[in-house]
Amino acid sequence: MKESIKKAVRYLFFGLGIYAVLAALYFVAVLRFLGPWLNWLFHEQRPYYVVASILIMVGQAVGLERLLTALGYFVWRGKK
Amino acid sequence: MFFPISGVHINPLLLGLLGLVIGVLGGFFGVGGSFLSGPSLFSLGMPYNFVVGTDLIHIVGKSIVAARQHRILGNIDLKLAMVMVIGTLVGSETGVDAIEALKHSGDVNLVVGVTAIVVFTVISLFGAWESWQALRKSGATPPSADGSKKDVLAFDRLAKVFQGVALAPRISLRQSGIARISIWSIVLVSYVGGFFSGFLGGGAGYIRMPAMVYLLGIPTHIAVGTDLFEIIISAGYGSIRHAMNGNVDILVALVMHTGAAVGAQVGARLTQYFSGPWIRLAFAPLPLIGAIMVANALITGHH
Repeated sequence: MKESIKKAVRYLFFGLGIYAVLAALYFVAVLRFLGPWLNWLFHEQRPYYVVASILIMVGQAVGLERLLTALGYFVWRGKK
Repeated sequence: MFFPISGVHINPLLLGLLGLVIGVLGGFFGVGGSFLSGPSLFSLGMPYNFVVGTDLIHIVGKSIVAARQHRILGNIDLKLAMVMVIGTLVGSETGVDAIEALKHSGDVNLVVGVTAIVVFTVISLFGAWESWQALRKSGATPPSADGSKKDVLAFDRLAKVFQGVALAPRISLRQSGIARISIWSIVLVSYVGGFFSGFLGGGAGYIRMPAMVYLLGIPTHIAVGTDLFEIIISAGYGSIRHAMNGNVDILVALVMHTGAAVGAQVGARLTQYFSGPWIRLAFAPLPLIGAIMVANALITGHH
């Protein structure tokens, strides 16, 4: 029992570690490539900024949900 | 890290951590968490106009993740959510208009502040009393670990009144276990939630979730999931309005959302291990925290 909990916690942290690395890489990319463009849209093309903001947020939400579900499955398999 | 849109320097780790905490609360209780994220973003140095809009768009992302999880668990009543959206949007506009009217006629901060304190305190005390009675009634002292959705309500008189309204059209909410209910009952309850959302700010999930349970008789798990789904649409609408007015820093919202996405999944999954009264009992202190924060802002003069 104790061993299985240890294993589950180990896989959980491993999953969270992978998530943290992927999230950090994603942000470097977003800030590096999209940051200046979004800033320009915010000041110069507000309606496009609104559309881009909503699309990026929804896209990120769907993407992260898929990633977390996949990692959760990985953790669950590890627990078994 | 510098965020050029709002022109602030904020540690991204703090943003992620804040998102994580709010995500857990949102996934578990079906609330947006503005009562916590608003003051926190403000204290991190963000201008208040950006706080409101950025918080709203981050709530959209977080609610998508949590609602998807609740959908898998069977906790979303889509028909109920669609009807509620109408009342929420109209109510929200009325709330904003009420604020504008107050700006011209009196001390808006005092009126809004006192209203918030009274509403939050009543919800909190009533919720604590009711859920405690429900736990005693069901004899369910330990939290259910088998994923059972059996819900017990100690105070269902108001729900019976709202469900008994005979005004047409009436619909059945199979997912929520309600045979017939007037659309007007649902619209009225969501209108009140929307009004407070526009009047007090945030998504007003702390009003809508208990209102769905106590006024419409929706089981707690369904109320949490359905409220989250409804928040996606109402907060999305608010985000568009705020973004048009230049009140949204999407880069801050995206960083917050990386933490919130994890928290929202954890919170949503946790609901399957707790019965309805336990979720309501754990929810009860949240509005009181909001009341204390508003009282503190009124006393110290920080709005």
